[in-house]
Amino acid sequence: MKANKKEMIVSALKNGTVIDHIPSDKLFEIVDILCLKGLKQQITIGNNLESKKLGSKGIIKISDKFFEKNELGKIAIIAPKANISIIKDYEVVEKFQLSLPDEIEGIIRCANPKCITNNERDIVSRFDVIDKDNLAVRCHYCEKVMNKEDIVLI
Amino acid sequence: MKSNGLVSISDYSKDDILHILDVAADFEKNPGRRLLEGKLVATLFFEPSTRTRLSFETAVNRLGGRVIGFSDAATSSSSKGETLKDTIKMVSNYVDLIVMRHPIEGAARYASEISSVPVINAGDGANQHPTQTMLDLYSIKKTQGTLENLTISMVGDLKYGRTVHSLLMAMQYFNPTYYFVSPPELKIPARYKFFCRDHGIPYTELEKIEDVLPISDILYMTRVQQERFTDPVEYEKVRNTYTLKLDMLDGTKDNLKILHPLPRITEISQDVDTSPKAYYFEQARNGVFARQAVICSILGLV
Repeated sequence: MKANKKEMIVSALKNGTVIDHIPSDKLFEIVDILCLKGLKQQITIGNNLESKKLGSKGIIKISDKFFEKNELGKIAIIAPKANISIIKDYEVVEKFQLSLPDEIEGIIRCANPKCITNNERDIVSRFDVIDKDNLAVRCHYCEKVMNKEDIVLI
Repeated sequence: MKSNGLVSISDYSKDDILHILDVAADFEKNPGRRLLEGKLVATLFFEPSTRTRLSFETAVNRLGGRVIGFSDAATSSSSKGETLKDTIKMVSNYVDLIVMRHPIEGAARYASEISSVPVINAGDGANQHPTQTMLDLYSIKKTQGTLENLTISMVGDLKYGRTVHSLLMAMQYFNPTYYFVSPPELKIPARYKFFCRDHGIPYTELEKIEDVLPISDILYMTRVQQERFTDPVEYEKVRNTYTLKLDMLDGTKDNLKILHPLPRITEISQDVDTSPKAYYFEQARNGVFARQAVICSILGLV
């Protein structure tokens, strides 16, 4: 019965995108990353909802908005277990789990203060993802490795 | 093997490394090949490094090429606030190849992406200095006859020593055995131990240089810098512990060679210079051949 209700919340969207299974403490970061503030479309945000997988989760539903895959890739860095559902005419037409890209451009800042990306104007940061399970990246420029705890979003 | 330059030693495969070493050996045998006749090379040294700059400029001049550039950022337009990008864009209009040294890490990679001519990294902060690694490999091969199955002891500052890290990684293809000898403050970082473990390279960490002397084929000494220590007393202690003296070479292997990227301060005492096992000055000379090989290979001339 409970499951049905949840299903209803999701499919109550006519057209749009549902981002589910967001860790509760990352929800508002994701709101920022996707620049939802400026959107005129209907947005429903739920947080601290019960979740079997995460204990506590957040969910974002946005009407009439479909993201590019690389925009969503940004979310994968802070919420690698998030689920995306694309809704068209009340139907889930596509559902997928986010996955980390092999390379990340922009989005995060190199933690090395002596890295060129922190010292030259107009240079886009670039990282190779070297460990997708534990989230470790290597700066394409200074070659320093950053672990999850060192990663800072721009 | 024309390419967009050499930024990091990891840009080279095993075959690339062996090819460069063969070419370097040719240059040593026939130093008078004027392959760079009519070519112009820029040496852009955003921080001073006399030794490296002279080595590169010697390499180019001996090949008949010409050099333009600067030896200090104070005399370049970057002191007026010009971005690296603009400097590189401008200079790459003029020359066939850029050799650059920069205090900021990743500067050479960035330059290679915006330059229309190949870029050779002559050191970017604490990150990479690949031609140093090539001359180290050349010196090892030349003195040992092979790169395979050698026991290499690295001594001194293994924490910050860029040359040690690059050499350690470049030797991965040749089945080495490593001994890491350093004071506890300057131990080899964990990521290089993981690297060895992942590549099946045996290594041992030690604190006393005496323990590795009888078993080493190569003793790679590095400078322990005072600024790495907060306590000057601790530095004095370490400095004395990690000084190689002539009498310590008794009982070492006949084929042992002592390498050092130079400049040395006190870590190798002057009397060692008289030993045939001291190789650091020849090692510096080998740098010219290794750099000639890298330059000509990048320009597609060999």
